[in-house]
Amino acid sequence: MSVSSKILQKSESFYNAYERKQGGDPISTHYCPGCGHGIVHKLIAEALDDFGVQDKGILISPVGCSVFAYYYFDVGNIQAAHGRAPAVGTGYSRANPDSIVICYQGDGDLAAIGANEIIQAANRGEKMTVIFVNNAIYGMTGGQMAPTTLIAQRTTTTPLGRNAENEGYPLRMSEIISTLEAPVYVARTKISDTKSINATRKAIRKAIKAQVDGRGFSFVEILSACPTGWKMSPRESEVWIEEIMAKYFNPGIYKDTIDTRQPKIQQKLIVDPKDYHELLDISTASLSSLEGVLPVPPVQEMIEEIKIAGFGGQGVLSLGYVMANIAMGHNYEVSWLPSYGPEMRGGTANCSVKVSHKRIGAPVVAHPTTLIALNKPSMAKFENEITSNGIIIYDNSLIDTAPQRKDVQVYAVPATELADKIGSTKSANMVMLGAYAALRGYLDTAYIEWAIPQIIKKKKLQELNIQAFKTGMEHIKELLKKCVN
Amino acid sequence: MSKVLIKGNEAVVRGAILAGCRNYFGYPITPASEIAETAALYFPRVGGGFLQAESEIGAINMVYGAAAAGVRVMTASSSPGISLKMEGISYIAGAELPCVIIDIMRGGPGLGNIAPEQGDYNQIVKGGGHGNYKLIVLAPNSAQEMSDLTMLAFELADKYRNPAVVLADGYIGQMMEPVKFPQPVTSFPEKDWALKATRETRDNLVTSIDLDPDLLEKHNEKLQKKYAIIEENEVRFEEYRLDDAEIILMAFGIVSRLVQGAVDELRALGIKVGMLRPITLFPFPKKQIQEYAAKSSVKYFHIFEMNNGQMLDDVRLVLNGSKPVKFYGRMGGNVHSVKEIIEQVMKEMREL
Repeated sequence: MSVSSKILQKSESFYNAYERKQGGDPISTHYCPGCGHGIVHKLIAEALDDFGVQDKGILISPVGCSVFAYYYFDVGNIQAAHGRAPAVGTGYSRANPDSIVICYQGDGDLAAIGANEIIQAANRGEKMTVIFVNNAIYGMTGGQMAPTTLIAQRTTTTPLGRNAENEGYPLRMSEIISTLEAPVYVARTKISDTKSINATRKAIRKAIKAQVDGRGFSFVEILSACPTGWKMSPRESEVWIEEIMAKYFNPGIYKDTIDTRQPKIQQKLIVDPKDYHELLDISTASLSSLEGVLPVPPVQEMIEEIKIAGFGGQGVLSLGYVMANIAMGHNYEVSWLPSYGPEMRGGTANCSVKVSHKRIGAPVVAHPTTLIALNKPSMAKFENEITSNGIIIYDNSLIDTAPQRKDVQVYAVPATELADKIGSTKSANMVMLGAYAALRGYLDTAYIEWAIPQIIKKKKLQELNIQAFKTGMEHIKELLKKCVN
Repeated sequence: MSKVLIKGNEAVVRGAILAGCRNYFGYPITPASEIAETAALYFPRVGGGFLQAESEIGAINMVYGAAAAGVRVMTASSSPGISLKMEGISYIAGAELPCVIIDIMRGGPGLGNIAPEQGDYNQIVKGGGHGNYKLIVLAPNSAQEMSDLTMLAFELADKYRNPAVVLADGYIGQMMEPVKFPQPVTSFPEKDWALKATRETRDNLVTSIDLDPDLLEKHNEKLQKKYAIIEENEVRFEEYRLDDAEIILMAFGIVSRLVQGAVDELRALGIKVGMLRPITLFPFPKKQIQEYAAKSSVKYFHIFEMNNGQMLDDVRLVLNGSKPVKFYGRMGGNVHSVKEIIEQVMKEMREL
């Protein structure tokens, strides 16, 4: 088909009749005389036809005069919130990479309220083409200032003309986007005469072709007339584009790395749902998958509320995690709750573990029945919170003053020192586990020894951890013997 | 089925993947970040996509785009982040797209703190975004339900072409509990409205704009009809020791766990209390509340929330003066203790 017949004929990618447009005139568009949108629409539709991607086409229309682009384009249409087209396009393109996504945006949409979305989508190199119609004014809302309104240009919100002191300077989006690594094609064109329309046609085709070929993000800014908003005739508008707009917004190709960029090959990973449990670490993380291999003692009626506290790095949270897992393996109801957020980064950490024969209410432990204190501040913080007849197990290699409470049982375990002797300070928490198990007596020793390496999977520590656990148990047994004697 | 000791936030992601969710878009925020972190690890493993968005606004609009493609998609955040998403949520509701949003509520208003609160009830259940829309709202009270209700949220979202929210708090998100995971969902509803970038779906349109007031009114009426059907069919609630209860305690989420503990202790003292716990906040268990209110044995309702009494308003609307309503709330990230709840119940009993 010759170029001239193409120009005269309606593109396949347009509807024959614009049925979605209400008001009884399905032939003409809703755009004003002299508006640039119609021409830009035509150039896009023609490119979609020529590259054979009408069916794959997803047009995302913005908020602005082109909000109704879906009246005209016979492709898949999504209407987006103001400025969010590149985010919506990102979502669509990621969900369906086998599509051709065109984000159609105006200047307020792209360069003001949606400035972040466009920069970020461009920077990620999303598989999409952005067509940016810059007419230096808000058309749909009635002629207010746009981020691209020129200095001294009068709009309804700059009645005396845009003043850089108050409103800053017009944003040059093509220049900004061309500084980013990811985009493969960034160009600014204008539509003010046949020659410039041809240049625009070329740029739009190049941008869409880049996407069809899987090269990534492409961007075309088009200086376009808004005679209504500008309060000019269509002819005056063309002159204004040439003589004023194009002087500040220089047309040109700002970036073209299409040929140097390898096409992105989208390989779709297909996974059999049967494998999900393994892939999601559900089957492997489960202790009870070996249920019945080791016998566990019957469940006792009890509510054990444990607080474990110390410095970050002492294995406070993981001790709680191991305890809760083991108790779960003994068929108890359990919960584990860490102190979270900035608290964690202040150097102290604590966690709450609850073990009970019945359903647990709140996971937080305010008044522990057992406190395991691994440093001095923890002892200071929690000593007074323990319930009467509760147990304090504290690391007396790091805490030099014994607790003052007389209504609780206190056990000093030099966990750090003992762990050092075994060969790893890191196992101090497992020494405490041994001490706890020996004192509370409801957990099976053989089961714990089997379970520790199932829960803490670091190979290096497995032997040491079991040894540390045994050491902790022994220490308590010795202490208790002394008491009896 | 084996149990895994797991955080609520991690259970959400596994549940979502087992429910067939394939795309995650989100922004980090405490105490919801583990959801994004877990999603970043597991979504790619099963052939799905994870993207850390530039903002909460970006994330929810990516959800809008992916939902338009017909895939199961989700995002997660915490209160201040959810406030930012409200624009997108309104558009998604208006365009009738299915998606799942997880809100791990924290203390507010403003930056507030990162401790657990339930102050988002109004913004999630009553709107938050503009327009006459409703979200399907599910309120888990355990790590198990974080998985189960996330899975249910995907099902309901697709069934009604409506966004569904799992409304939890910092404790439910952060705590670990044993969770049993079911087998993955393998059959999904056909979405003939979705844009699949094919000839057959080319004529589909995803939009929330309609300039004609009559047509937009019609669309709104259609939405209201849909919400009425949801209210008819999807109410979920838990009844605990209510049979002969004279005082009905109500709570959702983590608070219901504490209230349940209080019910046991009060019962042991011979006080006839029970708990009615809404699992769905929209649809709200109106009929069930009315049924209990109609019983002459029921003296009053006592509501416990970690906010200034937001669900309380809904209970009052339902009761419409038929029974007295008492309220005790904690705010700022403080959680009731069981003891405190018992004291409050005893205090109101004495006063009545």
